[in-house]
Amino acid sequence: MENTIEATGLELSYGSTRALAGVDLSAPAGTVLGVLGPNGAGKTTAVRVLATLLRADSGSARICGHDVATEPQRVRELIGLTGQYASVDEDLTGRQNLVMIGRLLGLPRPDAHARATELLARFSLTEAGGRSAKTYSGGMRRRLDLAASLVNRPRVLFLDEPTTGLDPRSRNEVWDTVRGLVDDGTTVLLTTQYLEEADELADDIVVFDSGRVVARGTSDELKHRTGAQTLTVRPRDRADTARVVAVLEQVSGVVPTTDARGTSSVPVPSEALLGAVFDRLTTQGIAVSELAVRLPSLDDVFFALTGHAAEESAAAEITPTEEQESLA
Amino acid sequence: MTTLTAPPTPRPAARAGGGSALQQSLTLAWRNVVKIRHQPEALMDVSLQPIIFTVLFVFVFGGAIAGDWHDYLTYLVPGILAQTLMFATGGIGVALNNDITKGVFDRFRSLPIARSAPLVGAVVADVVRYATSIAVLLAFTAALGFRTTQGLSATVLAVLVGIGFAMCLSWVFVWIGLTVRSAGAVQGVGFLATFPLTFGSSALVPADTLPGWLQAFTRNNPVTHLIDTIRGLLLGGPVAEPLAWTAGWGALLLVVFVPLAMRAYRRRV
Repeated sequence: MENTIEATGLELSYGSTRALAGVDLSAPAGTVLGVLGPNGAGKTTAVRVLATLLRADSGSARICGHDVATEPQRVRELIGLTGQYASVDEDLTGRQNLVMIGRLLGLPRPDAHARATELLARFSLTEAGGRSAKTYSGGMRRRLDLAASLVNRPRVLFLDEPTTGLDPRSRNEVWDTVRGLVDDGTTVLLTTQYLEEADELADDIVVFDSGRVVARGTSDELKHRTGAQTLTVRPRDRADTARVVAVLEQVSGVVPTTDARGTSSVPVPSEALLGAVFDRLTTQGIAVSELAVRLPSLDDVFFALTGHAAEESAAAEITPTEEQESLA
Repeated sequence: MTTLTAPPTPRPAARAGGGSALQQSLTLAWRNVVKIRHQPEALMDVSLQPIIFTVLFVFVFGGAIAGDWHDYLTYLVPGILAQTLMFATGGIGVALNNDITKGVFDRFRSLPIARSAPLVGAVVADVVRYATSIAVLLAFTAALGFRTTQGLSATVLAVLVGIGFAMCLSWVFVWIGLTVRSAGAVQGVGFLATFPLTFGSSALVPADTLPGWLQAFTRNNPVTHLIDTIRGLLLGGPVAEPLAWTAGWGALLLVVFVPLAMRAYRRRV
């Protein structure tokens, strides 16, 4: 069975900067592939190659079996692209933006209008549809951008940092939309700097660093690779905190840390210790409001894989804008 | 045979990418015209320029050059018409440069449309700018007493020749707009190209009043041929020969700069 997105050995340099240093990617139909990495890791470049906007120096990529380099027009019929910077026309209204794209795709005028109406409704932009896009909030603009990339009902959707700069509510809306599209069978490639986003949406995650894939797997697999899990307990009564700490220390042999809310945590080698902790708390009659074993966050994973934190490195590396300019 | 593993998703009623290059270009031209409608001040330059040029040249130089501003007005209108068209063509480079910076072109390039459509669309939409500047010029100079002598159809033809030549010339600025990095630089380079062509022509004074070396340039300047054609059509005089020259120059501009612009476009975005 062939993957909907399949890339092997993609390499691309801007002058002396190697933006992609041999990248392999694959995504089966109807799944979300999360590409995680800091700014300048090559995520945007990879998307631009897959979306036929850039040509790789070497390597190949196929979308639904069509080569991006030799059959770009065929690929363009199958894909939708939402760029990192919302690429809507600010001087046009929301509706005009969508109608324009429908017309460019060869829809007759009434069909283009019908499709625009449908998409405006779906993205809660019906009322704003008649206003020029420059009056839109960041979230509305991003939704319009997403709507614009769906006019041709793409089979593969590329979302390049779709929620960067959005407030949590708008971000959740984008996430819901992505989930809905995947339910309908769309394959999504999503780049993000937010570990939480990859965790929420992606079936498979690849971690980029300096133009290379440094890890791949499901969110759980990646978390397991870094080993340590965290056992947390919060007593119902804050007065029990000291007794909880004692129990945790007995079981794990490590001194627990306690946060301001009275939650004590301790690293544990396996979730099997949960039972022992539960038994002791019960026999001592300590009522708890929270008892859990947590896998490490993707933040921890990213740090373990690359040796630097996701956000920290962002400022130091080349921004995608510079990458694009060095092309000109 | 390709293998499609995705479950069948509903396709749009019409074929995606089924539109013709012409329809795509017209759609993108429509986009630019809509932008003008949302922002009428975008036409300010082309509306004020003919008035400012006319007032300056007629009243500042008219007395000195022709002895009488009214006679000079008659000589000058075809020249100003061509001159404002020359300046109006420069805008396209700045507009394209902005479009690319803002990322709208990324979307166009990810769609299954003709590569040339965004550029052709921009060139076609600028007809609105050209028509505006000509309309303002003819209305303003008519108020000052300018009258054409060759009839309405000749005047219409003069306008069409002017617009047609401007559309050919605008490919030069499309190319500059795609080659030069910032919008500001586009404007600078544009002016450098426009000034010698417009002022070193028969726009302001007859070519035979110029020193020999400048005459050589002026007589072979495509803008001179354009102005002579328009002058013939508006006020009488030879038309066929300058029109042939103008058409030849227009064709040459297209042959050279359309491929250059397309190549720059492919590289740029």
